[in-house]
Amino acid sequence: MKNRILKSLTAIGVSALLTAPVLFSGCCAKEKKEVYVYNWGEYIDPDVLESFEKETGITVIYDEYETNEVMYPKIESGAVSYDVICPSDYMIQKMIENDMLQEINFDNIPNAKNIGQQYFETSKEFDPENKYSVPYCWGTVGILYNKTMVDEPIDSWSVLWDEKYKGEILMQNSVRDALMVALKLNGYSCNSMDDDELEKAKADLIAQKPLVQAYVVDQVRDKMIGNEAAIGVIYSGEAIYTQRENPDLEYVIPKEGTNVWIDSWVIPKNAQNKENAEIFIDYMCRPEIALKNFEFITYSTPNDAARDLIEEEDIKNSEIAFPDLSKYTGLETYHYLGVEGDEKYSNIWKQIKSAD
Amino acid sequence: MKNNKAVKLLSAPYIVWAAAFIIIPLLMVFYYGLTNRDGQFTFANVLAIQQTEHFKSLYLALILALISTVICILLAYPLAMILSSLKGKNEHLVVFIFILPMWMNFLLRTMAWQTLLENDGVINTVLQFLHMPKMHIINTPSAIVFGMVYNFLPFMVLPLYNVLNKIDINVINAARDLGANPFQTFIRITLPLSVPGIISGITMVFVPSLTTFVVSEMLGGSKILLIGNVIEQEFTQNSNWNLGSGLSIVLMLFIIISMIMSAIFDKNGEGNTL
Amino acid sequence: MISKILKRVYIALIFVFLYAPMFTLIVLSFNQSKSRAKWGGFTFKWYLALFSDRVVIQALINTLLIALISALVACVIGTITCLAMNRMGNVSKSILTGVTNIPMLNAEIVTGISLMLLFLFFKAKFGFVTILLSHITFNIPYVILSVMPRIRKMNPSNYEAALDLGAGPLYAFFKVVLPDIWPGVLSGFLMAFTMSLDDFIITHFTKGPGVDTLSTKIYAQVKKGINPEMYALSTLIFISVLILLILINRMPSGDKEKEK
Repeated sequence: MKNRILKSLTAIGVSALLTAPVLFSGCCAKEKKEVYVYNWGEYIDPDVLESFEKETGITVIYDEYETNEVMYPKIESGAVSYDVICPSDYMIQKMIENDMLQEINFDNIPNAKNIGQQYFETSKEFDPENKYSVPYCWGTVGILYNKTMVDEPIDSWSVLWDEKYKGEILMQNSVRDALMVALKLNGYSCNSMDDDELEKAKADLIAQKPLVQAYVVDQVRDKMIGNEAAIGVIYSGEAIYTQRENPDLEYVIPKEGTNVWIDSWVIPKNAQNKENAEIFIDYMCRPEIALKNFEFITYSTPNDAARDLIEEEDIKNSEIAFPDLSKYTGLETYHYLGVEGDEKYSNIWKQIKSAD
Repeated sequence: MKNNKAVKLLSAPYIVWAAAFIIIPLLMVFYYGLTNRDGQFTFANVLAIQQTEHFKSLYLALILALISTVICILLAYPLAMILSSLKGKNEHLVVFIFILPMWMNFLLRTMAWQTLLENDGVINTVLQFLHMPKMHIINTPSAIVFGMVYNFLPFMVLPLYNVLNKIDINVINAARDLGANPFQTFIRITLPLSVPGIISGITMVFVPSLTTFVVSEMLGGSKILLIGNVIEQEFTQNSNWNLGSGLSIVLMLFIIISMIMSAIFDKNGEGNTL
Repeated sequence: MISKILKRVYIALIFVFLYAPMFTLIVLSFNQSKSRAKWGGFTFKWYLALFSDRVVIQALINTLLIALISALVACVIGTITCLAMNRMGNVSKSILTGVTNIPMLNAEIVTGISLMLLFLFFKAKFGFVTILLSHITFNIPYVILSVMPRIRKMNPSNYEAALDLGAGPLYAFFKVVLPDIWPGVLSGFLMAFTMSLDDFIITHFTKGPGVDTLSTKIYAQVKKGINPEMYALSTLIFISVLILLILINRMPSGDKEKEK
């Protein structure tokens, strides 16, 4: 018996041996012009990376992460050195406070002028002197629902606790977003450090758990398009994309308010190729490139020049992609809550996940 | 034996390697598990297993691993008996067919079950076609048990097949000649002789089931936290290496217990298949 | 007669349990529609997409390279260790055997994090090399496990006779010892090779930027939502394993008997 397995394996081994020289010859003739990019999943147009490589001759080594929380320990441990990362606001604040980012030389990023000034203003909440970050995308967190599967119009987070939709609800598998939903539902701040408020939010999320189909991040999009769930908590950027693929879907910002976020390019302290990183960020700020990315990922771009280039009027003035935030109440940006806050939130999240 | 010493020196590379990549890393797990963030000695990270959320995840992992192991034995034993009774030219082919799935990538095997069990998955589509009610299996503990059984069943079949194949047919025949019926023969002869295989199979199914985080992540929709998931997340999301290491120490205790049990039953290492 | 039918039915049921998932993947790999729930017509497009996906191809290359190199290195280290262990006293031998057992018996997740902690402590750059070192580490025990019995069975006087007849130790090793233990070395190599191919957990903890193996790639892909390309990949892997099985079964039977 064993001999037979072994024989079959020999064949695999031999074929691998035969291919090995070919592989080696390919891998070692590398020059050092490269940039290591660590970005969210499905957060860039692959063609943009290709055209960047072609134009600059810099090879992009591209990796993806699912949440800010997954990204952070990798950078913190120092085991890996990425040159450009794209964290959200509160995570940028945490990285600045822990001395993990280096100042960006804006002289090397002339295209930063295309970014709307108001976004740099907002960025001051987490990057007080606008020294460390260049905005890439922004948006809100809201509810995406399928009009054919939901009878009433939705305007509140409370629908996520409606027994009717048992097994049809997709929650975000990320600490801050999940807790934000419950905190906002109760009218609290999504940066709450109050034990009673957090306890209430935790109890609500535990009560909600039996109704939840799954806690997911990037999968919300495909599952909603595929009619696999009726209601999902999602980032506004996915709304246009999903509506294009499935016209039955509708995005709302709940009346209790929600989180407004900005994801920005930053350069970590241990980056090996700072210059290439700045070339990369500058390239991303070009109007036509930002437009290409916008059309592919459909996340709101802070690049005003790119917005002007959008041809379809309804998208250019879309209430989803470019909402007038003054019309909404209860909008908040996440703040970094310190070591204590991190621990509090992650413990609560673990308790929710392990609940029955 | 003048060159005995020289030959012994050949073990030097491995001794260095084992020290660097097996012993020291394990000691580091113990170091982190038994200190706090400031490097002071503490049992807190190990005792953290008493916290409800950790205890629950360990308890659930134990239960699911146990269920999976029992199901694997129940499925594999008859199969191994049938396979070992096959004689003739097709024997190898049939046995190979039953362990072939083992050579598929572990993640692809688990992904296959996701595709099958999903609410809109293949099984439910078929059920719907037959006008039967949908099953909600995905993202429940049952889905995880499915995944564990499917992934680890071959690890149970192989050692059982090996020991059963080694049983001398004359022993069985002698029992029959002495008047034992098939059931008695099984209970008195076959079963005791196959204990090493059962034990080896149990460890090979139980340990990976107990410690997995992949199966529970892929088939549990992140709704179900097993101890493996907790440890993985402490390292990859909460950057709390101390707590992650502390819980790993607890996990190792359970592995050591199951090893000791298997050592007691399987003194001769007969069940070793690999 | 009845028991024979029962046996057949049982075998058939297990067969369905084992193969239905793979059959599903194969069918879905030809599905025009991205949805699992409906059949949109027959297509090869997922295969074409797979072949032109340079990330997947790179992951495949990494997987094969790591498996090959780690298995080779593990073979060399494992085999010479076995030679030495055979001459060792009982105590040191059992200590070394015990240490060797650790990676095989321990939970993969613990092995993974322990190696990660080690690499972090020494500020190693995570990437191809750290994965490779980890794979060699868990591969060596499998080589030792399959070479050791061969060495124990070997007649030591053959080697000594060779030396007495004037052969150098190296020459004697290659001419006398190695042919004797070759099947063990080969099976150790193949075991190590497959273990490395299949590993996900340890790679997950020791991989670095831009370096993926097929396993880590599939994991990331599944988290984003399964892409039909992955079905095509499974189909190809399944078929290559199947073809090997058929080839081996066609091999002349005389050869098989000899090996037994």
